[in-house]
Amino acid sequence: MTSFFVNGKAVHVDVDPSTPLLWVLRDSLEMTGTKFGCGMALCGACTVHLDGKAIRSCVAPVSRAEGKHVTTIEGLSENLTHPLQKAWIEMDVPQCGYCQSGQIMSAAVLLAENSKPTDQDIDDAMGGNICRCGTYPRIRRAIHRAAELAGQRSAK
Amino acid sequence: MSAPAIVGRREFIRVGAAVGGGLLVSLYAPLPGGASEAWAADEKNFPLNAFVRIGTDETVTVIAAHSEMGQGVYTSLPMLLNEELEADWSRIRVESAPVDKVYNHPVFGMQMTGGSTTSPAEWERYRKMGAMARTMLMQAAAKQWNVDVSSCRAEKGVVIHAASGRRATYGSLANAAAQLTPPAEVSLKPAKSFTLIGKPTRRLDTPSKTNGSAQFGLDVSVPGMLTAVVLRPPVFGGKVTKLDATEALKVPGVKAVEQVPSGIAVIAQGFWPAKLGRDKLVVTWDPGPNAGLSTNQMLADFRELAKTPGNIAKKTGDPAGALKSAAKTITAEYDVPYLAHAMMEPLNCVVDLRADSCEIWTGTQFQTVDRASAAKVAGLPPEKVQIHTTLLGGGFGRRANPASDFVVEAVQVAKVAKAPVKVVWTREDDLRGGWYRPMWHDRFEAGLDSSGNPVAWTHTIVGQSIMQGTLFEGMMIKDGVDGTSVEGAADLIYGVPNLQVDLHSPKIGVPVQWWRSVGHSHTGFSVEAFLDEVAHAGGKDPYELRRALLASQPRMLAVLDLAAHKANWGATLAAGVGRGIAAHFSFDSYVAQVIEASVEKGGVARVHRVVCAVDCGQTINPDTVIAQMEGGIIFGLTAALKNEITLKDGKVVQSNFHDYQMLRIYEAPKIEVYIVPSSANPTGVGEPGVPPVAPALVNALFAVTGKRIRRLPIRPSDLA
Repeated sequence: MTSFFVNGKAVHVDVDPSTPLLWVLRDSLEMTGTKFGCGMALCGACTVHLDGKAIRSCVAPVSRAEGKHVTTIEGLSENLTHPLQKAWIEMDVPQCGYCQSGQIMSAAVLLAENSKPTDQDIDDAMGGNICRCGTYPRIRRAIHRAAELAGQRSAK
Repeated sequence: MSAPAIVGRREFIRVGAAVGGGLLVSLYAPLPGGASEAWAADEKNFPLNAFVRIGTDETVTVIAAHSEMGQGVYTSLPMLLNEELEADWSRIRVESAPVDKVYNHPVFGMQMTGGSTTSPAEWERYRKMGAMARTMLMQAAAKQWNVDVSSCRAEKGVVIHAASGRRATYGSLANAAAQLTPPAEVSLKPAKSFTLIGKPTRRLDTPSKTNGSAQFGLDVSVPGMLTAVVLRPPVFGGKVTKLDATEALKVPGVKAVEQVPSGIAVIAQGFWPAKLGRDKLVVTWDPGPNAGLSTNQMLADFRELAKTPGNIAKKTGDPAGALKSAAKTITAEYDVPYLAHAMMEPLNCVVDLRADSCEIWTGTQFQTVDRASAAKVAGLPPEKVQIHTTLLGGGFGRRANPASDFVVEAVQVAKVAKAPVKVVWTREDDLRGGWYRPMWHDRFEAGLDSSGNPVAWTHTIVGQSIMQGTLFEGMMIKDGVDGTSVEGAADLIYGVPNLQVDLHSPKIGVPVQWWRSVGHSHTGFSVEAFLDEVAHAGGKDPYELRRALLASQPRMLAVLDLAAHKANWGATLAAGVGRGIAAHFSFDSYVAQVIEASVEKGGVARVHRVVCAVDCGQTINPDTVIAQMEGGIIFGLTAALKNEITLKDGKVVQSNFHDYQMLRIYEAPKIEVYIVPSSANPTGVGEPGVPPVAPALVNALFAVTGKRIRRLPIRPSDLA
């Protein structure tokens, strides 16, 4: 039995502890917002937060989450109010949308650590997330916009 | 329910009541022999065949006959409909259509999404149904108020009678409207009255794609469902000769290991045990006839074949004579590799097969074909098979498979699983699974007159036919020439008086398929790169030469001029940066691009800026046009700089994103998109952004290095 928290809620799963966290989230917990893209930590579609750090859940054994806090795209906000979600909607970033959970989760860690990222900071932080539809120019714009929105929010 | 109304010559619009209340509107396309009438009158099918449903709760549900794979049709189809319906945009919902001939593509006659055709094909149909629904709602209101319908207007989901100040919402009128006889004709707004079409509009699917709630095929779960992965032969066409599943069956959660026609299915409780089980299979394969395939050998063979005459696709004037009498001739050979679509969502398909029904959930571009193929395997009539089309995590053509490979296989697995089953492809399965953009070889010879103008142009193309063996074969292959092999070449947009294009279509055991921009993905590259060579051979500026050759193509000329102007063509660039230009006509749209690029240490090409101009007729959602150009450019750059699928000893060499790389955000250039305003009918947007990218890039790299790159992907060794 592995016990951890997902989006603040305690969960207990009875799976082989070497099972990647991704498949525990998707198949055992039926939380499908976190995506499978490569299985080798190459594309970032499976990005979630483990105690606030971005990890690729497709290669992270669930045992790594024991006792820790996992945040998935479903837990980012309750009603699309996270600055990144607002900015993503404002800039109409997604096309097919499949990679966007991972993009947003990577961007969330960037913004948490760097409230005013430059283009270079964005390139450095987001380089592990592939978008086959080619939404990169909009991702860049939306992260800047989210930083702005977050700034406004904290200024209030 | 009311009688069908005649709209146009042989179309029928049908309106009626929805189950549980509300108004339904559907449009029946003409069928041979007047069969539409009977079809439209079918009481049983009608409620299931609507295109729009106006609920008594004010929701307006638009049923999308085309799949959403990122190209924005779940927004553009409602925009078309609501331009006429005038409902409150915030009340619009979208549902994917079930499989039914009523949803057939108005041009292709089958339910599908592809060829950058959704907007052009649906330009009238969705607007007509919106207009019919609005007309009925207004009539219901007028009748209720006992006023003339012409004294009423509709606005944001409300019918208003200004003279008396009376208002009624669409939801309150829906049931009454469903009882009325529809008018014989509806008229559509003139373009100058558009309030939605042509205005940047936020996509309806974005919120669900930012909180994890968007449902793709891979996210589908049905009660009692098992998950399967399939081990497919390492060589195309290989067969299992010996299978030892002992260790696989010991993996906890693995339920069964079964042979299916495409390979060996490991069926388990969830993906991970299935994958672990597959890793433990011990299999001996008979590689079959393709064991010796090698792309290196194919490259050499293609080059030899190109020196012999192929089937003539186009001949004007006297190319041979003009070459002989030319003041100067130049020859060049271009090569592009097999390419995988590599959608971010790997292929998958859920099947619930019962004795008398088959229910399928998948992200597909090819519903009619998939249903027919699934029915055949299931041993059921097609009407007993239903497909629920989910969102597609990318398509690029792969999810319109002529053999319905991923659907057929899933039905076969369901037959042996004896439970609902989801078949999941891994990234390795995807990249090694075939159905690639073909390898192409393009050989050119051009003759220039003494002023440097091209007067003769011959182009020999070598590559597998995509259409051969598909249901499009009869339509697309004429006199031994697959039209998609030579598109963008045989219809060369430039005015060269003596032109010949011929084609060799070797048969090779690698399955090939349409890939975003299809034949244009090689002709756009080779024609536009060779034209750059011709310009330099004739001492001309590549932009000016194109201008001169486009004298009779005003729309392409305007696009070319716009791109060049916005890119400051001719202005001095920073040291070490080169500028290249390319233009290409595809899917009835005109696109020109100017790229600024440089070469970094070690020969790595760096793209700084892409300026893109497009004329795609009347835009529906201009922001989607921009997004599709941006995406097409990144897609084209990925192909130009990164990708090749190669085969050695019959096996695909690449396996995942480490050796089949995608462009990353830190490699993405600044992209500017400019749209030429147009009132012409809409034309394609999803694909036309791709073809000019690679040639504009190699032309830019030539400008800065003097090195011609004639083979993709661009390698550091080409530039170091």
